[in-house]
Amino acid sequence: MIDDIKTHEVAALDAVAKADNMIQLDEAATAALGKSAPLIGAKRQLGSLPVEDRKAAGRALNEAKDRITAAIEARRSELGDAERAGQLQAERLDLTELMGSPVTGHAHAVTQAWEELEDVFVGMGFRIAEGPEVETDWHNFDALNIPPGHPARDGFDSIYVEHGDSGATLLRTHTSPVQIRTMLDQEPPIYIVAPGRVFRRDTADATHMPVFHQIEGLVVDKGISLADLAGTMEAFTERYFGSGFSSRLRPNHFPFTEPSGEFDVQRPDGSWLELGGCGMVHPNVLRAGGIDPEEWSGFAFGFGIDRLALMKFGIGDLREFFTNDIRFLRQF
Amino acid sequence: MNVLLSWLQEFAPFDQDPTVLAETMTDLGMVVESVSETGNSWDGIVVARVLDLRPHPEADRIQLVDVDAGDGEALQICCGAFNMSVGDLVPLATLGTTMPGGLEISRRKLRGEWSNGMLCSAAELEVAEDADGIYLLDEAALATGNTTGAALNEALGVSTDVLFELDIEGNRPDALSVMGVARDLAARLGLAFQIPEPTVIESDSKAADRCSASIIDPDLCQRFGLRVLDNITVGESPGWMASRLTAAGMRPINSIVDISNYVMLELGQPNHTYDLSLVADGHLGVRRGRDGESLVTLDDVERPVGPDDGLIVNAADEPIGLAGVMGGASTEISDQTTSVVVEAAVWDRMTVAKTSRRLGLRSEASMRFERGGDPYVIELALDRFCQLAQELCGATVATGRVVEEGQLRPSAAAEVRIDKVNELLNTELSPADVSALLDPIGFATTPQVEADADGRGAVLAVDIPSWRPDSAVEIDVIEEIARHHGYSKSGLRVPTPTQAGRLSPTQQARRRVRRAILGAGYSEAMPMPFLAPDDLERAGLEDVGLRLSNPLVADESVLRTSLLPGLLKAVLHNQSHRNGPVRLYELGRVFHPSQDELPVEKEILAACASGFDEATDDASRSAAAAATQLLTRFTGELNLTGVGITNAEVPGLHPTRAATISFRGATIGAVGEVDPAVLDRFGVHGRVSWLEVELTPLVPALEKAVSYKTISFYPSSDIDLAFVVADDIPASAVLRTMVKAGGSLLQSAELFDTFRSTQLGEDRRSLAYRLRLQASDRTLTDTEVAEVRTACIDAVAAAHKAELR
Repeated sequence: MIDDIKTHEVAALDAVAKADNMIQLDEAATAALGKSAPLIGAKRQLGSLPVEDRKAAGRALNEAKDRITAAIEARRSELGDAERAGQLQAERLDLTELMGSPVTGHAHAVTQAWEELEDVFVGMGFRIAEGPEVETDWHNFDALNIPPGHPARDGFDSIYVEHGDSGATLLRTHTSPVQIRTMLDQEPPIYIVAPGRVFRRDTADATHMPVFHQIEGLVVDKGISLADLAGTMEAFTERYFGSGFSSRLRPNHFPFTEPSGEFDVQRPDGSWLELGGCGMVHPNVLRAGGIDPEEWSGFAFGFGIDRLALMKFGIGDLREFFTNDIRFLRQF
Repeated sequence: MNVLLSWLQEFAPFDQDPTVLAETMTDLGMVVESVSETGNSWDGIVVARVLDLRPHPEADRIQLVDVDAGDGEALQICCGAFNMSVGDLVPLATLGTTMPGGLEISRRKLRGEWSNGMLCSAAELEVAEDADGIYLLDEAALATGNTTGAALNEALGVSTDVLFELDIEGNRPDALSVMGVARDLAARLGLAFQIPEPTVIESDSKAADRCSASIIDPDLCQRFGLRVLDNITVGESPGWMASRLTAAGMRPINSIVDISNYVMLELGQPNHTYDLSLVADGHLGVRRGRDGESLVTLDDVERPVGPDDGLIVNAADEPIGLAGVMGGASTEISDQTTSVVVEAAVWDRMTVAKTSRRLGLRSEASMRFERGGDPYVIELALDRFCQLAQELCGATVATGRVVEEGQLRPSAAAEVRIDKVNELLNTELSPADVSALLDPIGFATTPQVEADADGRGAVLAVDIPSWRPDSAVEIDVIEEIARHHGYSKSGLRVPTPTQAGRLSPTQQARRRVRRAILGAGYSEAMPMPFLAPDDLERAGLEDVGLRLSNPLVADESVLRTSLLPGLLKAVLHNQSHRNGPVRLYELGRVFHPSQDELPVEKEILAACASGFDEATDDASRSAAAAATQLLTRFTGELNLTGVGITNAEVPGLHPTRAATISFRGATIGAVGEVDPAVLDRFGVHGRVSWLEVELTPLVPALEKAVSYKTISFYPSSDIDLAFVVADDIPASAVLRTMVKAGGSLLQSAELFDTFRSTQLGEDRRSLAYRLRLQASDRTLTDTEVAEVRTACIDAVAAAHKAELR
């Protein structure tokens, strides 16, 4: 009997080992342990054995069954792993095919420079002021100490709009009217910058466009001096351009500031960049804004946003900003 | 303004390094654009004498010239010019010379004959524009005696010099002269500034007997001065003068014209010469032009003049010059001229500006008059002219000057408070310090109020010099103090605002809107806000755009009322460059006419996408769907609730594929496809989606903080309902009806499927919605769910005659 069990076990283990797939394994399992399996038949015969043999045969039978069951499970696991591995092999993907194209849009280079400037000045405690793009000539000129007939009016090459009295309405030639609107709107102290679109009657070329963008700054507070202007420009230079950059002021002339200056930025290599105009707010401008120049003083500054964007991205021609060619736009 | 160091040195002993001088001028606001050495470009060019001239055996257009270059030997040169004779002195560029224009001179053969150098024209030497002949040297005028072989520099008395190219601001007419620059620079450097006094030897003739002047319209002219010169010989100017003028950017013409320009550059006073014999009675009058009058100017052009122009007239009241702009042809200096009257005047700025602009005649002279001259410099200018004419043209000068005065600009004076100076400049200057800064530049100071015991309250009275018409009040003088003290001495200080810096709600909204639209794949375009006159009409919009009074070109003469034309042009640009479908947006202002002080400006976000097929059957792939999906994405990203759309006809958009966008009861934009007819007119292919939203109405909603609602953790139940609905019932209307009927248990409802089929019938479609029901405090019973379901079905059936499928 025990020999028979051994023979059946060997046969069953052999069949399990030879099973190449789950179906064969299931067949082998049925053949080894199913109702009609020889081992199961042997179990039924145990009762006919003499008592002294029965115990030994029973133990041998159970041990054989356990070993076969373990072998089946082990084989099942092996076959399962192989099958999964095969399936995964068959599922191979070339992920480089699946990159797709970028779907995010790109903000305009000028917008990016504009927002960066806003952020730098917000970080320095400034608020952002705005004003209309179509302005009265009073806000654009008179209030800024450029009365009618002043030669500086011609220098601005204004574009006038047919609205109201002839010559009374124009596309603002600079962001400076926002200074006036802010002063009329709000009591000092005033710490604002005003980025915006401005217009000049200029023929488009590599460095001129009839439409461009400026940022204007205005500070009005008690005891503001030329040192505050120079210090603010220096602080801005470091924050915007980086720590290797510094600034200087040199005399210049504008009707709306006095003393007036130009502020230049020195690059780490020692070269200079003329950035913009600035100065102490002219007493006439403070008065136009409803502010007493004996009580308050202030400074103002302004420079072009487009030029900063040109430099930042290494663009050679201002006209590129306005082509709206997607090949240009998506680079930023 | 170009100034030479040697010229400046005639006014003050500048011995600093040119770099230091340049930095100082820049720091004074006379920005030095460049510093260059002059005179060195003639290295290798010597004076040579022509020994022999003979034809080239093989060529007609060149001749062979033997010259003596100083060693007595005959040196053969091939030369293309024929204006010299044996014995002439000529400039010879020797072998190895690099010409001012860059040409290198080497020994070469021309048609078989050797050329051992080059004879130079005035143009090649860059002393004048004359390129036609060799620049013949006047032996008598050369600086050295036996001159062959001498360096041309030395022979012509032109030494190396430093040229400063200055950028002078509009408020500094005084710095448009060598004298003015020298005055400013000397003051800063603490050097003595002195104007050399012209020595004029006067003849027995008296100017007052020879000429007279009258100012008929006194507002035209502050001062008007004349001197008379006789025995004038007009010739070429000496090399030193020609080279100074050339360096200053003016072309040498003849000695009289050159002296006139030289005096203008040196002293800032333009001046004009008349042939005295052609001026009737030697009388010059000053008056405004009259309508119908005209004048032939020096350039032989007859120019009509009118009341806006200033004129110089003769004794017969006939115009003989345009004040400050150009002289007349009738009194022009010629070869026959022997006696001249030289005029120096200071004209009304605006008059000169108007005339020169109207006639397009802007010159160095008119530019100086426009900026404002010094009425008290005319005597000096007249004398300097006479001195130079005496020396260079052999002129004799009649005794005395004739000077008439018109309406003089009142002299200006300001009271300058020292405390104010120090407050604005962050300095601690004493009244004496301020005087020391101002006096050397002609701002004469006298103490008016002494400082009190605390050192405060001092006031200086300051007389503003006549050459600074821009300066009038205290702040103007403070600028001069700052300039001469040095801006950098004010130091650096960063003021600290008490407010926190931040973006306004609108600015924050703009950034969020931009982020949302960028996230959807739209890139920012920046079309010009100017439109062509027919753009709005072509875009199907009402042609109400504001007109520009003085547009640069007609195609940019209307202010946009919509972003549609600009973006369509951008789409077209990309199509014509085969850039494939594009998604573009713009966030910009549009302008609408109004009765108010200013037109109405609105900030609009507009987005469009191209590359959609002509009318596709699949609505979800249409341009209109792209637009509505963008709107949904946009409002979702901004967390905006309450945005709805209503199918409607919208100008410029597809008549049956457009909707208006409403938000809290107001229409804030439109969505859909661009009208194919509009696309045709703009030349755009395929269909284009369109979304436009006004920014301002969104701001309050974006500003408001989100108010949190507790999430329910009880199970939810979904109900799917499909209705057959007539085509003219918007899907959104069915949805709204269910939302209303569903009550508080309805958490969400959305359209998830639409389809059409013949079984459903014409003009009808099936709309399938998924409703999610949930309570915050309990699990819903089947009865509750069923009640909501029935309520929704009944409401939809009643409101829209819709059948449940």
